[in-house]
Amino acid sequence: MADITLSLLLLQLMTGIALGAVYALLALGLSLIFGMLTVVNFAHGAFFMVGAFLGVYFLGLTGNFWFSLLLTPLAVGAIGLVAERFLVRPLYGRGIDYPLLLTFGLSYVMIEAMRVAFGIEGVATSTPPELRGAVNLGFGHFPLYRLFLIGATAIVVIGLWLFIEKTRFGLIIHAGSRDPEIVRVLGIDISRVWLLVFGIGTAIAGLSGVLAAPTRAVNPEMGISVLAESFVVTVVGGMGSLPGAVVAGLLVGVVFSMTSLFAPDLAELSIFVLMAVVLLIKPQGFFGKAGLMS
Amino acid sequence: MDLSKVLNLIARHRVAAVIACLLVFPLVMPYEALAINILIFGLYAVGFNLLFGYTGMLSFGHAAFLGVGSYLCGIAIVSGGWPWWAAIAAGVAASALVGLVMGYLAIRTRGIYFSMVTLALGQIVYYAFYKAERWTGGENGLRGIRVETIDLLGWKLDFVDPITKYYVILAFVAAALWFVSRVLSSPFGAVIEAIRENEKRTAACGYDVARAKLLVFVLSAALCGLAGALRALHLSIVPIDSLHYLQSGQAVMMCLLGGMGTFFGPFVGAAAFLYLEDVATSYTKHWMAAVGVIFMVFVLFFPRGVWGSAMYWLKRHGLAKEGVA
Amino acid sequence: MSQQPIDTRRRTLIAGGAAVAATPFMFNIARAQGAPIKIGFPVPLTGAFSAEAQDQVRAAEIAIKDFNDAGGFGGRKAELLVRDDKLNPGEAATRTLELIEKDKVNFIVGSLSAATQLSINAVARDRKVLFNSISQSDAINEAKDWSLYTFHEALNPHLTAGAVARYAFPKFGKRIVYLTADYAYGHEMVRGFQRAGAPLGATTLADIRHPLGVADYSAFLPRIQALKPDVLVLCNFGRDLVNSAKQVTDFGLKANTKVIAPVLLYTSRQAGGADAFEGIIGGTSYYWGMEDKIPAAKAFNDKFRKAHGGAVPSDYGALGYAGVRSVLQAVLNAKSTDSMPVSIALRQLKYNWYKGEQFYRKCDHQSVQSVIIVESKSKNMKDKYDVFNVLSIEDANEANLRSCDEMGHKIST
Repeated sequence: MADITLSLLLLQLMTGIALGAVYALLALGLSLIFGMLTVVNFAHGAFFMVGAFLGVYFLGLTGNFWFSLLLTPLAVGAIGLVAERFLVRPLYGRGIDYPLLLTFGLSYVMIEAMRVAFGIEGVATSTPPELRGAVNLGFGHFPLYRLFLIGATAIVVIGLWLFIEKTRFGLIIHAGSRDPEIVRVLGIDISRVWLLVFGIGTAIAGLSGVLAAPTRAVNPEMGISVLAESFVVTVVGGMGSLPGAVVAGLLVGVVFSMTSLFAPDLAELSIFVLMAVVLLIKPQGFFGKAGLMS
Repeated sequence: MDLSKVLNLIARHRVAAVIACLLVFPLVMPYEALAINILIFGLYAVGFNLLFGYTGMLSFGHAAFLGVGSYLCGIAIVSGGWPWWAAIAAGVAASALVGLVMGYLAIRTRGIYFSMVTLALGQIVYYAFYKAERWTGGENGLRGIRVETIDLLGWKLDFVDPITKYYVILAFVAAALWFVSRVLSSPFGAVIEAIRENEKRTAACGYDVARAKLLVFVLSAALCGLAGALRALHLSIVPIDSLHYLQSGQAVMMCLLGGMGTFFGPFVGAAAFLYLEDVATSYTKHWMAAVGVIFMVFVLFFPRGVWGSAMYWLKRHGLAKEGVA
Repeated sequence: MSQQPIDTRRRTLIAGGAAVAATPFMFNIARAQGAPIKIGFPVPLTGAFSAEAQDQVRAAEIAIKDFNDAGGFGGRKAELLVRDDKLNPGEAATRTLELIEKDKVNFIVGSLSAATQLSINAVARDRKVLFNSISQSDAINEAKDWSLYTFHEALNPHLTAGAVARYAFPKFGKRIVYLTADYAYGHEMVRGFQRAGAPLGATTLADIRHPLGVADYSAFLPRIQALKPDVLVLCNFGRDLVNSAKQVTDFGLKANTKVIAPVLLYTSRQAGGADAFEGIIGGTSYYWGMEDKIPAAKAFNDKFRKAHGGAVPSDYGALGYAGVRSVLQAVLNAKSTDSMPVSIALRQLKYNWYKGEQFYRKCDHQSVQSVIIVESKSKNMKDKYDVFNVLSIEDANEANLRSCDEMGHKIST
């Protein structure tokens, strides 16, 4: 039994943050879509999975990891745009359950589509050569790719924050999540805003997929468990809250990682317990608005 | 004979009409095991719909009740050597108890948070049963639930024979459906529908909303528990994924396909879903896409579901009364 | 032959069964002359192991074809009824009920996953239909699940893990860490390794359990790194193995530790890629590459190549072939298509279908067979099928199985 040294704890913590980075990105997309459209996107895990597949595909096509990193979110976002326009939009006004159910069915179709396109086994991936190897952090060696993952997530989060805080479109998003009626009265085509937000949310999911692909097996079922975990994060952070998504994402990643160190067989259970506890004490999550969406 | 008179007659004796159909159901299905699955999941969906369609609370943890019912019934037989009827009772009681605990914790939240809390609590039950390998078999599931003959006051029934098994299970399902029908027609049934329409107003009318919600939660759990117990006897095994949230998702899908907020809709939905899945599976490897597409089509174009749409059409043409089936 | 008292009830049952078999009996009615011999084949055609399952179907069809081409059973041909169990025990039970009640199959061969085979077995034995399981499980042979109609063609975790341990521990070191999938199969593997390792002086530094199907293993790796073991055993299967092999490679653990796995699947290796699996040693029930050593393997491979455009059978595929072929041979030997006499014939069968001599142990119907130790390679691959080097073949030996007593069987015959 290895002694629990400080360096082991720190290494485990870093691992948790890297894990949390992927969760944070997923939760960002989910929260964005929920906050703006009040849609619970049950296909979010499927978009993540499609992102992973397309990432590998574009890498094979262009031979360059950075190109695939750029192309994949655009491609996945495009799929999201089409889905919103033709599948989700007809359901607005019918109540919160319908888009949820629709995206649930959509996920089935997306999973099968990937099976047909890429085969049932999934595809082999490997870390891009420029990002291989480990870095000595002082308390231990940590894989370079995971550091990159943390960094990339930070850039996306900052970029998104700048977009929402500093641009006109971001202002519309703020306003639209608070009161869509007024925004419409002000002459802004809210349906186009919703379309773009859905596209952005799914694009981020696709991005997290292509970022995560080198770290795990890429197969059509990879989004199913990820979906449940994303919900946990979104709810703990507060549905519709973007800072909440990031904080909760990192928290869940760290909780999972630290539990794995001390009681590995309880690791998966621990995040659901966390969610149950948070919801019972603070039903709207850490940063969520009280009474949001009854 | 006037069509509307016939329909009204059926509506007033809806349970009897349903049972009459189910009596001849095995003749229509390709094999009895599928018909029995439809009975079981029909009951599961009806139990779920009590909470979802009638009270307006979308729970994603109902697989816990199906699973607890199955496991406790199975464990009673395998480890306890209990007779089959006592095992069924054990399954129902255990589900109701878990429903009481889960309901008490969950009803403090509303809307999407309620769904998420039930999801989390359901997953916790899943992991608990997964880890209790000695009792439940863990990942391998619980095996050895052998009920070979049923002794009904001297009359011996061969439970292994599929037709006999169907009618025995039908007896329980019929009783449960009658019970649900009584509940829905009672004043309590009106209260829960009022809660769905406007919770604050119901409270303002002087009803104890929290108690009503908890009661319907427990009733729903007990019904799903009964479905689970019957499933354990039918398959002679209990698979661990009975407790997983995907199984909860299935209940939602069945209710939607059939028609939420209608008495018989979930049953129709369960039948449609299982039959479709069976047919799709034998024709193509891509049954998952077929199910997904059909489901999306229903959400987009037939949100009332198969049965719900049929009922709506009948009402529109003045042939049936409101809120009956 | 042991000195243990013989369970007279079991003896009577067998004798009685033989007597019963001599008379045409209730369950398999309508066995008209010329009616096909139906073998139900529930396998997960969709889901995580669909590649393996489809290979099982392909290979099983070869066994059926061979049997029919040779004249069948007195002119009666065999027929394979393939069903998709979706890797789901509830679905597997329903399919088995359908096969028995609606299609009236004579026998059932199949399944891929411990949970589904136990489920199929539960349904089949209650209806007295013979079931030959073609995937790994330690539990199916235990007295609780077993019946006279239950047969197990495939390897079990205990045997496979033991064989790999006996090969690897003396070579690579005695300080072992296990990264184990937290379910029955994972635990069984660890037990097999530890049992075989104990006489070799191996010590367990840690047995780290991870949830089944977890995608990201990074949370478990720093601790393993800190322990600095000689050998890291990845006690998981299929997709889990692909994932963990990849991440172990990424974290650079292979530099100081030999990585082994109890079962190396051909399809997992293809999915994970050469890099992730480089240098990993594991066990398997069959690898086509042994054809230069074993003539039966070459014969089987050639048949498969001919039928499928040069492709070679995988490990699970070969089990599909053997499972069906054994049952059909027993039909010929018993001169009957009823489950009881065929069971009895299967118990006496000695065969060599594709990898050497095999037979079913009497007390629990486990097929006693060889285990092949392979190492994954990333260089000098002649073609896309050449992914493993065969390091050694551990001969079939009953002593490597858990004893009949331990399995809960009171007698040894």
